[in-house]
Amino acid sequence: MRPFSYQRASDPDMAVQALGVAAAANNPLTKAAAQPLAGGTTLIDLMKLDVMRPTAIVDINPLAPAWSAIAPGGDGLRLGALAKMSDVAAHAEIQRSYPVIADSLKLAASAQLRNMATLGGNVMQRTRCNYFRDVSYENCNKRNPGSGCAAMDGVNRMHAVLGTSDQCIATYPGDFAQALIALDAMVEITGKAGTRSMPFAQLHRAPGSTPDIETALQPGELISAFSISGRWPRSVYLKARDRQSYEFALSSAAIALDVQDGAIRDARVALGGVATVPWRAREAEALLKGQRFDEALAQRVADAAFADARGRRHNSFKIALGKRIVARALQQAVTMEI
Amino acid sequence: MTAAAPGPRTNMGQPVPRYDAAAKVTGRATYASDMPLDNPAYAFLVTSAIAKGRIDRFDLDDAKRVRGVIDIVTHENAPKLKESKLYSNGGYAGTTIQPLKSAEIAHDGQIIAVVVAESYEAAREAANRVKVSYSAAAPTATFDSPGTTTAAAKGQNSQFKEDPKVGDFAKAFDAAEVKLTASYETPTQHHNPLELFTTSCTWMGDNLVIYEGSQYVHGLKHGVAEQLGIDADKVRVVNPYVGGGFGSRGSMTPRTAIIAAMARRLNRPIKLVPTRDQGFTITTHRAETRHEIKLGASRDGRLVALRHEGAEVSSRPDAYCVGGTKTTTRLYACPNVDSLVSIVRADRNTPGFMRSPPEVPYLFALESALDELAVKLNMDPVELRRINDATRDPIDGKPYTSRSLMACFDEAAKAFGWSQRSPQPKSISDGDWLIGYGCAATCYPTLAGPSAARVRLQRDGRTRVEIAGHEIGTGAYTVIAQTAAERLGVPLEKVAVFMGDSDLPPAPVAGGSNSTASTCSAVMMVCDQIRQRLFKALMPSDSLADKAKETVGISPAPSTQAAKSDRSLDIEKAFDALGVGVVEEYGEWKPEGAPLDSFRAMHSGQVRLVGGHQMKDQIAYAFGAEFVEVRINRFTHEIRCPRLVGAFAGGRIMNPRTARSQLMGGLIWGMSSALLEATEIDERNARYVNDNLADYLVPVNADVPGVEVILLSEEDDRINPVGVKGLGELGNVGTNAAICNAIYHATGQRIRKLPVRLEDIEL
Repeated sequence: MRPFSYQRASDPDMAVQALGVAAAANNPLTKAAAQPLAGGTTLIDLMKLDVMRPTAIVDINPLAPAWSAIAPGGDGLRLGALAKMSDVAAHAEIQRSYPVIADSLKLAASAQLRNMATLGGNVMQRTRCNYFRDVSYENCNKRNPGSGCAAMDGVNRMHAVLGTSDQCIATYPGDFAQALIALDAMVEITGKAGTRSMPFAQLHRAPGSTPDIETALQPGELISAFSISGRWPRSVYLKARDRQSYEFALSSAAIALDVQDGAIRDARVALGGVATVPWRAREAEALLKGQRFDEALAQRVADAAFADARGRRHNSFKIALGKRIVARALQQAVTMEI
Repeated sequence: MTAAAPGPRTNMGQPVPRYDAAAKVTGRATYASDMPLDNPAYAFLVTSAIAKGRIDRFDLDDAKRVRGVIDIVTHENAPKLKESKLYSNGGYAGTTIQPLKSAEIAHDGQIIAVVVAESYEAAREAANRVKVSYSAAAPTATFDSPGTTTAAAKGQNSQFKEDPKVGDFAKAFDAAEVKLTASYETPTQHHNPLELFTTSCTWMGDNLVIYEGSQYVHGLKHGVAEQLGIDADKVRVVNPYVGGGFGSRGSMTPRTAIIAAMARRLNRPIKLVPTRDQGFTITTHRAETRHEIKLGASRDGRLVALRHEGAEVSSRPDAYCVGGTKTTTRLYACPNVDSLVSIVRADRNTPGFMRSPPEVPYLFALESALDELAVKLNMDPVELRRINDATRDPIDGKPYTSRSLMACFDEAAKAFGWSQRSPQPKSISDGDWLIGYGCAATCYPTLAGPSAARVRLQRDGRTRVEIAGHEIGTGAYTVIAQTAAERLGVPLEKVAVFMGDSDLPPAPVAGGSNSTASTCSAVMMVCDQIRQRLFKALMPSDSLADKAKETVGISPAPSTQAAKSDRSLDIEKAFDALGVGVVEEYGEWKPEGAPLDSFRAMHSGQVRLVGGHQMKDQIAYAFGAEFVEVRINRFTHEIRCPRLVGAFAGGRIMNPRTARSQLMGGLIWGMSSALLEATEIDERNARYVNDNLADYLVPVNADVPGVEVILLSEEDDRINPVGVKGLGELGNVGTNAAICNAIYHATGQRIRKLPVRLEDIEL
């Protein structure tokens, strides 16, 4: 860890200004000199590891009263970026109308972390790639652009099989983002020029040739809220992992269905633990629409979801695993009592 | 009685709460890095990013500019230290790879620089700013990597004396009615005790005090003195509490003498708190192993031939091996046995003890193979073990001092509900989950070593016990206090125990599960010395003839007999008769068969453990049986272990509460070893990849919903005066195999490589 200044932002303008002033214009956000501090569960960790080296920390927790809404309403849901994971997971209406959100949060991290971590910070969580997190490895295109990728031919059991490039195969590690992308969430971003909204699906950027650029956020911008239209009571989050709690997904699926009289009117399939970014399997969804569910269809959907997957030495198992998870999660969603 | 404190059965002490429970749960227990220091400087390590090669140069400019930096030590300016020999070669160290001696790098994460600063934060920041230029060479990582060299352990490791064999294995295996050949593999593992590998050193004139979590304060004291070239009596090691050892703190690591020498040069206390990932490379680990087992049996299940070949990875300079064939060749009655242990050298740090070092990997192989044989024979695996149960060591023909293996199997089987198991694989399921039951034997040699103790008794019953034992979380304070209270007949709350300080009378390393047997035998003996003085005062009637008989060894005097019996003592009356305020006794105890130099070695920080198969006329082991239920999700293939049941017999159980806790931890660790724990090695550069507790997985509470420990009554007066067999390393031995055997039962799939992960399951 290196020395940094610390200031508390008492209102959004002050936060945005503090983050903007210290930000060097041409840096990717992850290397910006000023970083916002919410729950701190990723930032502090990466600072201790010397991966992130901000010189200014802007504590945005004072914004919590305004930015912590958990507001399910008639036409949808609004979640403040500073709402705690544990509070959202425990909210009765979220559990009833958005089980995929409640479960994705409940199955993430540990109780202690969920009590600290915020929704906004959660979606910005950075990869757990060991080679990224250990600065003694020089070759990490995400950390040192152009230096190569140690994970490509290294120990890559946890790495991605979808959305990879020849520059980076680091997995997006979170769970909640899969629920957001499945439900077509919008993300509200507060910056110098006020607030703007964009589809959550456009927030994260696949690594391509610039794995150091992870999101569409600019230095000086903050996620202030998420919003979702409609209710999704028929939705599930299924997660496979090495231990029963407090572990990242080897593979997960966020499924949301709208089933009327046995026919699937709308279907959402998102994948976690297998992709470089929160991953929406739209081709797979298309196969479901207007269909009646059966096992063969589930299998076709699962195959479609992983049609473009590319495994490497230790992670090829994720393709077959991911397909089984998609098929099983679909079945759970179809048969769930709502 | 609460679940945490099972009621005592025959030959068990009381399940009294831990002596140190309140101190620990309130945070008052002081671990090494909690010790106050006067104006300390803080050290932070820089470790190598390559596993082989040399350092071309350091660029320290940026680091030195960090405010508060006092000094940066590299091989170019490090204090010169004397070499320390391995503990197995009459020294104290766990490795002969001495960092900061030259530009050469011998393994990943070797200490290459130490930054000292006014604060921990400044030291860490400066360490991050140290730039190193290397000339890297291609390192050899592990088995199958180019550049390994392999040779038999015998002849290169002084502690591995013999590959056990008996009869004619080849002939018997050829002729066997049923044969099995199978290969097994275990991974690198790391201990990760909660307490980091901290060291604080402070000098007072020529005297050095070291605060460091150690499983052997007297060993560390002598080792550091040797490296510094000073008199050992000038060095004191203090650690009243150790935040987990598991073998990782059993022998000296290079960091201690480095920090001590730097503190001397700086003339200021230095405190080092390494990071978790540095702990993976600056101490030791359990090496990866490979095994081939050959079993030959008659159709009725009698073993006629057994061969165990093991291979273990070690460092280039040091021939470390655990050689578990000493146990696996003796566990079952078999007339024709052969074995071979080899050491494979690679560019790695020297491995070291990790709980049940030989038994964990070697019994995984044997107990898996036995299950495979049971399947071939269409026989219940418990019955296969019963048929081959031994009363004598099949290699040397010596009788077991006591052996309750089958009694353990029977009690555990009953508690587990084994009789309801259908032997067919894939025959039990529950919704999404396939269920399998498995079992395995567990065992650990009964060891003890020379130990001294000092006990002081006052007229009001207040008792002070001093012994340089180690509280590594096992309950050592508690059982020592119980021993003294019981022998002296004083209330437990009047006994104060002082341990973890090399100024106290030496006790052996807290390793090899010898501590309770050794320390309690010594304390019991010294308490009897006090009893003898008091009884003598009370029984002036010992006649001259009695005294003469005792002097020439014909028969003990009545007061001696009284002291050694369980006869109760009126302390106040005895003190009044004696006319003193305090009685204090010091004594040195050694187990039967201990070598002649035992006490001399004890005072030089060297251990002479005896027992196990190395006793003259007998062989002593603790036994147990472990049963597990695994569940495998038919969709995700996730493997969970909802039930672990173990029954154990360990001679006298001093305290059923602490014993249960220890064994419970062992069962959980065993499950962890089977399903979670592996240090991943990047073979391209021989570096550890998952060197942190987020990626080196250990179980969380949700992984262990059901753990049941059954303590059997067992009496064994042939092992040591307290009749104790070590339990510390008994719990985690059988679990690896029991889990793989259960996975076979659940799926029909035999997995021979640990840890078993969901991608290994094919349904």
